[in-house]
Amino acid sequence: MTEVPTVVLVDDHALFRAGVRAELEGRVRIVGEAGDVDAAVAKITRHAPDVVLLDVHLPGGGGVEILRRLATEAPEARCLALSVSDDPEDVIAVIRAGARGYVTKTISGPDLADAIRRVHDGDAVFSPRLAGFVLDAFAGNTSRGVPSGAADPELDQLTAREREVLRHIARGYLYKEIAQRLGISVKTVEAHVSAVLRKLQLSSRHELSRWAVERRLID
Amino acid sequence: MSVTAPSPTRPARRPLRRDTDHKVIAGVCAGAARTLRIDPLVLRVAFVLATVLSGVGIPIYIGMSVMVPPDSGAPPIAARLRARPGSWQVGAGVGCLTLAALLTVRELGLWWSDAIVWPFVLAAAGGALVWRHVTARPATDATPPAALVTDADPEPVLDEPELRRLRLRGVYQGGFGVALVVGAALLFLQANGALTGARDLVLSLVVVTLGLGLVLLPFWLRLVRGLAAERSARIRSQERAEVAAHLHDSVLQTLALVQKRADDPRAVATLARRQERELRAWLSGTPQARPDERLADALQAAADDTEERFGTPVEVVAVGDRDLDDRGRALVAAAREALANAARHGGPDAGPIALFLETGDGRTEVFVRDRGPGFDMAAVPADRRGVRESIIGRMARHGGRAAVHSTPGQGTEVELVLDD
Repeated sequence: MTEVPTVVLVDDHALFRAGVRAELEGRVRIVGEAGDVDAAVAKITRHAPDVVLLDVHLPGGGGVEILRRLATEAPEARCLALSVSDDPEDVIAVIRAGARGYVTKTISGPDLADAIRRVHDGDAVFSPRLAGFVLDAFAGNTSRGVPSGAADPELDQLTAREREVLRHIARGYLYKEIAQRLGISVKTVEAHVSAVLRKLQLSSRHELSRWAVERRLID
Repeated sequence: MSVTAPSPTRPARRPLRRDTDHKVIAGVCAGAARTLRIDPLVLRVAFVLATVLSGVGIPIYIGMSVMVPPDSGAPPIAARLRARPGSWQVGAGVGCLTLAALLTVRELGLWWSDAIVWPFVLAAAGGALVWRHVTARPATDATPPAALVTDADPEPVLDEPELRRLRLRGVYQGGFGVALVVGAALLFLQANGALTGARDLVLSLVVVTLGLGLVLLPFWLRLVRGLAAERSARIRSQERAEVAAHLHDSVLQTLALVQKRADDPRAVATLARRQERELRAWLSGTPQARPDERLADALQAAADDTEERFGTPVEVVAVGDRDLDDRGRALVAAAREALANAARHGGPDAGPIALFLETGDGRTEVFVRDRGPGFDMAAVPADRRGVRESIIGRMARHGGRAAVHSTPGQGTEVELVLDD
């Protein structure tokens, strides 16, 4: 780790921001904080941080709205969602809006710093629970719930290896432990998780589209 | 579907069809208004005016309702009447036969008087319609709401327009019958000369009623609106009271406990976690957990118990679920033992315990993983029965299997498998 990643912290609770700032002290450099959608977009476009730590529920449209606006105003921003909520709707909504990962606020300081570094490196961050959601949503090898004529059937299914990696994440293993157990490199594990993230964002599986439609992510 | 505002997404002007979903009589006005993209009320008022002023509204309306096809795609009524002998022909035939019989009897002299027989026939016909309508009421009125309530059914029996159509038909049949009976009564009275005195009275009554109606209508409308507003306000305040009661019982209680036990961080953490779990379940509106019936709920309950007893958080991730049978109960008992071991040996500082359930592909798997110090399975003395008996032995007795993977320094994972 040669350089410390720069971070913009977006959360409407000042107390929580202070707590995260204290926990991440020395591990990342927090270059800006924001408490609502407009301020967040302004700060992110001004500071161009390596990673945006994003609360899901915010006044003014929530994390999803920020992600939507960043897609046009600062498309290179990498976002990690950080929320108290672990509702499938919330999780899937921010991931499909473009977040690179999702962790809950109970995460420890070192783990959060690790997740930030991972997102900074271009990888995805899945909590055990998110891995469980994905396994659930992609359950079954048939094309159950996939609209006929879907653009790319590859997107609607997980490979056996991807399922195996997700299962280990859900069981509480770290990437390097998974790599050890499956006899592959950490980079390969990360590649599998990134592939799953891409499928999660682009798949037209019914379970995912439904969540997205409910949150008005797609028309 | 709003017909008043032209929506930009609508591709082209729709052809003239009777709009039977929004009809009042036959859907002529609603359909024409949809085609012209104006409010159907405008056309309805125009038709009523045309009828009152010159009487020309009625023939136009009847003509259109016969010639213009309905929007269901069926052919217009005129074509249908030609194509298929329907109940209207039977009705007309029965009417003609009755009339013929009555006229014959009249000519033969078997007759009381016009003043009695014609009103009687009218009243009988009207009465029959009303009775039919009233006796058919339970069938048409009681079932549709029931069908609407069972929303979860894959195929709702009746939708909203269908219900409206049934209701309209009932109103028309009943109204027509009542009109016939009233007409018969008036005819009878008129023929007997009883109406001449009453006419002035009726006229003044009608005028007074209309006047009163005009004056009182705005008040009545306001009253209705006020009632609706009051009702929604009451619902809101009830909801608020419910939320307040819930927060009182749960969150405020916990906060009070947290303040009392501020010197015991572990107890505070446990309290906070329990409250968080409970509030989360309440907020997400997930149905009541059924730990006696569903495997995932039973495992969650076991995890909650472990948290309470040892103060170590347990993260439960469930992929799929199944009904809880005897083997499932054995699985839960084994998982409970594994959780207790993980909490006991891992200690509260080793981070959360992960419990993962996956069902599918003909098997059910549960993994319990901790990040404690780990141990060497071979070094466990044979008289320590916890793991061997209550986890491995129990799973084997129920046709499953269990394995314990542990490396000193890297934590422990207990794997429980049931094949279907």
